[in-house]
Amino acid sequence: MKAISDPKVKAPSGREGGAVQRDLLRLITCGSVDDGKSTMIGRLLLDCGAVFEDRRRALERDSKAVGTTGDAPDAALLLDGLQAEREQGITIDVGYHHFATPRRRFIVADTPGHVHYTRNMVTGASNADLAVLLVDASQDMLEQTQRHSFICALLGIRDIVLAVNKMDLVDFDERIFSGIRDAFAGFSSSLHFRSVMAIPTSAVLGDNVTRRSGRMAWYHGPTLLEQLEIVEIHADAAPQLRMPVQWVNRPDATFRGYAGTVASGELHPGDEVLIARTNVRTRIERIVSMDGDLARAGAGDAVTVLLADDIDVSRGDLLASPDKPPQIADAFACDLVWMSEAPLLPGRSYLLKCGNRTVGATITTLKYRVDVTNYAHLAARQLALNDIAYVNIATVEPIAVDPYQENRTTGGFILIDRLTNETVGAGMIRFGLNRAANIHHADFDVTKAARAQLNGQRPIIIWFTGLSGAGKSTIANLLERKLYALGKRTYLLDGDNVRQGLNRDLGFTEADRVENVRRVAETAKLFVDAGLITLVALISPFRAERRMARAIVAADEFIEIFVDTPVEICEQRDPKGLYRKARRGEFRNFTGIDSPYEPPEHPDLILDTATESAEHLADKVMQFLRRRGVLD
Amino acid sequence: MNHLPDDLRRLEAEAIFIFREVIAECRKPVMLYSIGKDSSVMLHLARKAFHPANLPFPLLHIDTTWKFRDMIRFRDETAERLGLDLIVHINRAGLEQGINPIQHGSAAYTGVMKTDALKQALTAHGFDAAFGGARRDEELSRSKERVFSFRSKNHVWDPRNQRPELWNVFNCRIAPGESIRVFPLSNWTELDVWRYIEHENIRVVPLYFAARRPVVRRGGNLIMVDDARLPIGADEVVQDLAIRFRTLGCYPLTGAIESSAATVSDIVRELETASMSEREGRLIDFDQTGSMERKKREGYF
Ligand SMILES: Nc1nc2c(ncn2[C@@H]2O[C@H](COP(=O)(O)OP(=O)(O)OP(=O)(O)O)[C@@H](O)[C@H]2O)c(=O)[nH]1
Ligand SMILES: [Mg+2]
Repeated sequence: MKAISDPKVKAPSGREGGAVQRDLLRLITCGSVDDGKSTMIGRLLLDCGAVFEDRRRALERDSKAVGTTGDAPDAALLLDGLQAEREQGITIDVGYHHFATPRRRFIVADTPGHVHYTRNMVTGASNADLAVLLVDASQDMLEQTQRHSFICALLGIRDIVLAVNKMDLVDFDERIFSGIRDAFAGFSSSLHFRSVMAIPTSAVLGDNVTRRSGRMAWYHGPTLLEQLEIVEIHADAAPQLRMPVQWVNRPDATFRGYAGTVASGELHPGDEVLIARTNVRTRIERIVSMDGDLARAGAGDAVTVLLADDIDVSRGDLLASPDKPPQIADAFACDLVWMSEAPLLPGRSYLLKCGNRTVGATITTLKYRVDVTNYAHLAARQLALNDIAYVNIATVEPIAVDPYQENRTTGGFILIDRLTNETVGAGMIRFGLNRAANIHHADFDVTKAARAQLNGQRPIIIWFTGLSGAGKSTIANLLERKLYALGKRTYLLDGDNVRQGLNRDLGFTEADRVENVRRVAETAKLFVDAGLITLVALISPFRAERRMARAIVAADEFIEIFVDTPVEICEQRDPKGLYRKARRGEFRNFTGIDSPYEPPEHPDLILDTATESAEHLADKVMQFLRRRGVLD
Repeated sequence: MNHLPDDLRRLEAEAIFIFREVIAECRKPVMLYSIGKDSSVMLHLARKAFHPANLPFPLLHIDTTWKFRDMIRFRDETAERLGLDLIVHINRAGLEQGINPIQHGSAAYTGVMKTDALKQALTAHGFDAAFGGARRDEELSRSKERVFSFRSKNHVWDPRNQRPELWNVFNCRIAPGESIRVFPLSNWTELDVWRYIEHENIRVVPLYFAARRPVVRRGGNLIMVDDARLPIGADEVVQDLAIRFRTLGCYPLTGAIESSAATVSDIVRELETASMSEREGRLIDFDQTGSMERKKREGYF
């Protein structure tokens, strides 16, 4: 049977056309490993004439060498371009490819099915309008198919083509096709897709990809390519103006332009706009471009605007419609996909980048994790690679946002690890939990400076970190006596003591340790505010939390002291008998034995207890405090 | 807003966004300027991104000393005309050792005069971000590369460990010594580049347009005799043919195509029916299998 629209008629224009204006559809292929995603796209590219002659020849050569389809060309090799992918016969990272028909232009992101590379699938999905979800007809629906469906829905993909592939392996049996189609309809009903078109295919043989299959006469719907050509893509364009300021253009003192890309809505000279953060209104004076001033700019346009008033606007600010302003909040409910091998720990401080704004952020509550096989909500204390969860997140400063479903630019964000700079999470905001404008920081007349002055001292945190049994408490105790003798007002927050009260509810998992340190750090901060010299003796094994403790007070209010005692010596001393118990396996997660300790990279002071006495080391700290000007 | 077709307008805006993001977040960016059509388009887009300010970064050209003479002429004219801050870097050590594409083979030559040279220049100037004109439609390993592509301290690309890249929220954070290669034209095709050149009236090196030029046939390629350094074999004949180039590089390693496309619109039309990819004329991509990925891992653009 001949294809209805045979794109080969004018083969090469299949690549793209000059004169005619065609709209652009961005799509991804997804589904479980080996379902035939790459083969399917390879077929589409070949049949649409999007593969140049020299590449076709290379494909034939490669197919013989590393192909999985015997003598026939292995179309997946048109996409699996990395050496490791060819060796293993799987896709590892998302690849982007172009093809076109006389009706439409397509950019397809071919994503990996393997669960380990889910974050690469998320990368591809974030910019897609439509997903082709493949299922292997010869297998049951797999967890990965369900995970990908869920991620597609979460990222706002509303249109799905369900390609029930490898029909050749099941004798082109209609019942198998309808079984899978109905099973998908069943479990995806809660995902609220706008359209789902199920198509039986064989990517290897080309059936119902671009050519109608003679072997499945029972199927009367469109081929995959026809569906891609006719599916309507509504850009869910929100009408209200949102333009994040990306860069301030100041070539000289006379010109101050705000460069940015319009996320939604329109701009015209004369329009009134709101600067979301400061709630100040002004007018657009000009829209400047290298081709002259513009009378209008719309969603997607990268522009430079001049404002009528000389006001405080900088990178990360948001220009918005005054009648439909965004939410300003510093706490949000959002969906989160975790993409790092290191677990997500509530309480740990990450960087959040939303639009052009980067701020410190913490997951305050892990409400639930999603079981992707049945979309049930599970309790969770931390998240692992590829977990999907619903969380509350708090930022250190209020930011202007919209729900992700209304606006991808002002509602989507990434989380960045402060130490490794890795992108560890992708978040989609559902709503703000407070209106930061309404939460006032209470200011009192007796200030921190006044209290410090009355105490006649410089309040500061002296933070001792090190292994259990390193000598933190001993040295801190001696130090406090010396300070007391000088008439200083002090307080010692000791790990063991804090765990008997304030932190009685916490255990020793990584997540609990993070929370333990966070609470102690916040308490120490309050004590500094109260005017005290605050000593902290806490294992505090992770760099990230110690960095957080330092970050929440002023730069000259924190001293980190590393009590550097090797684990062998701590174990010999074992003052509380804990090492012996840990070695006997009586408890888990003991720092230095089966839980990591990350030594400080740049401590203010290192104390070596192997060679010097505790008394001597406490004196050393006193000398250090004098040098730092803390004690006079 | 302007006369561009929708798809080009979208690509233009996307590239401008990328330029601005780098300027806002990176300490010391540079644009790798290879003098080809993609570089011409990139330069044009960068000027649009920062107008009316001047380009807030220099251009870097890695000169292998074997570029077409027309390219060097065009480079210097362009820098002069637009008042650009142009850095030209040559691997002096390689030059002194007499490394050349004729005796040493394209792989060894490219390694020394392009890859090493590029790494030298990036390290010497301490650039932390470098714009490149590569497109994902050019080659398979490129189709897998992120727009913001990270390089370790030794400029190494690890294709198996790329950062997730969502929406247009780019993570530009790196540790000291690391760097980012940034590709504003990632989602453009060769045809997009020419259509954009046509719409925006962008100047490109004359070698892209067909003219009669002296060439020899060598291993299925047409090599232009650009200067006297190219040895001509006893059995080879230099003939004048109507040729043009789809891609430009070192002249002994760049194959021409026979063509009569003398204007940009001729080229657009020619491309709409072309059956060969643009890289077919690039000898260096084929010298070893998976050669582009390997070169990129080593620090090549
Ligand atoms: N019989 C049959 N085999 C197929 C079909 N489609 C793909 N295959 C084969 O299934 C295997 C996996 O195909 P790929 O296209 O690499 O699968 P994929 O979904 O891209 O896999 P990942 O990207 O690694 O997740 C290959 O050996 C293909 O030749 C089909 O319709 N019928
Ligand atoms: Mg694949």
